[in-house]
Amino acid sequence: MIKMIIAVLAYLILAPVVGGVLAGLDRIISARMQRKVGPPLFQPFYDVLKLMEKERITVNNAMDFYVGCFFLFVIVTGCFFFAGMDLLLVIFTLTLASVFLIVAAFSTGSAYPQLGAERELLQMMAYEPMVLITAVGFYLFNGSFNVSSIVNGSVLADGNVHMAFPYMIGIFVGFLYILTIKFRKSPFDLSMSHHAHQELVAGLKTEFSGKTLALVEIAHWYENVFLLGFVFLFFANGTILGYVIGIVACLITYFFETFIDNNFARMKWNVAINTAWVVALIGMVNIIVLYYL
Amino acid sequence: MSYVTKSPWVIHYDGSSCNGCDIEVLACLTPMYDVERFGIINTGNPKHADIFLVTGSVNEQNKTVVKQIYDQMPNPKVVVAIGICANNGGIFRECYNVMGGVDTVIPVDVYVPGCAARPEAIIDGVVKGLGVLAEKRAAMEAKATVEEITEKEEA
Repeated sequence: MIKMIIAVLAYLILAPVVGGVLAGLDRIISARMQRKVGPPLFQPFYDVLKLMEKERITVNNAMDFYVGCFFLFVIVTGCFFFAGMDLLLVIFTLTLASVFLIVAAFSTGSAYPQLGAERELLQMMAYEPMVLITAVGFYLFNGSFNVSSIVNGSVLADGNVHMAFPYMIGIFVGFLYILTIKFRKSPFDLSMSHHAHQELVAGLKTEFSGKTLALVEIAHWYENVFLLGFVFLFFANGTILGYVIGIVACLITYFFETFIDNNFARMKWNVAINTAWVVALIGMVNIIVLYYL
Repeated sequence: MSYVTKSPWVIHYDGSSCNGCDIEVLACLTPMYDVERFGIINTGNPKHADIFLVTGSVNEQNKTVVKQIYDQMPNPKVVVAIGICANNGGIFRECYNVMGGVDTVIPVDVYVPGCAARPEAIIDGVVKGLGVLAEKRAAMEAKATVEEITEKEEA
């Protein structure tokens, strides 16, 4: 119980710090890939602190409420995850959080956020099957949906404790694929992005400004750390070596996503859905293999 | 300490110009000049922007657009007029439809002359704008404190 509380507190305090630094690293690495110097490491923090200082412009009060709910439920999702609770509960809470963001965008009544919100809905359709397959995969491998159980690895037929990775490689690849959607990276940054794609202004977050936008940014840091936690689960087997491998894998994954981001143009929404579902099919094959393992 | 100077996000609008200054503004974002070093992002969304870069003169048709972009930006905000056309109308000054410089429609904080203004001059102008931005932020804070005090006194 105490371990659980410590994990949740650590998440609440450290996740925005880690998420912000990762975002800063992302910007520096991206800049270097484009032969630029890039902003300071703590630039994302400066951005958020600046947004806090700006004038408050709100389209309507409902928008602020929904964005607040989005923020809250993203944090709740991470708390469930790091407390070692049920993976399905985590996924459903995450979906609820995304729904609040979409409703916030729809409530503004402005054209660009609405377009962004529609695309966000399509993105959810694209990644949701794969996320569920990931959870089912962990269940088949470990015999439990609980994160606290999965993180200790699984005992296979040979009597030894194993990490999920080589056995769930199809699901891992599929998860990496939808991670690009979740991280809002090119080629799937359809609904909004940090870069200067301006065909729909800023998409979902066009009408968010000042403190509201800052809240959305911080929520993304929390979300990113939580999603990397998912990557970590694939490599955890309860030993310290497993933890080290897991963290290194998270960093490599993040670098990989940045690399993909810089090497692809934005694709159409139907490409996102079609390919994500094909990838989900690979995950499905992996599940069948796991079933007979 | 104001963070507004550490993360200035710009929006760029072109009035009626020859596009020379626009190309120079975009040149600032290229690896050659790389203003991202200072945390500058080209947003394209007035609601996220702190600095409004205007190139070209303002005419009867786009004066409402310029005004609307300015009004949509949350305070504190700074307007930088880039190129001689944006400063006072330049060679378009005498045209029947041209109002003149940007300052005929919205208040301008920094004037960057040139035809076309060089990227170095533009970056210099933005940095000058940062000083104004910090001042405006301080003024906003002072005003908020005064309002708070008067509210308390009234109560």
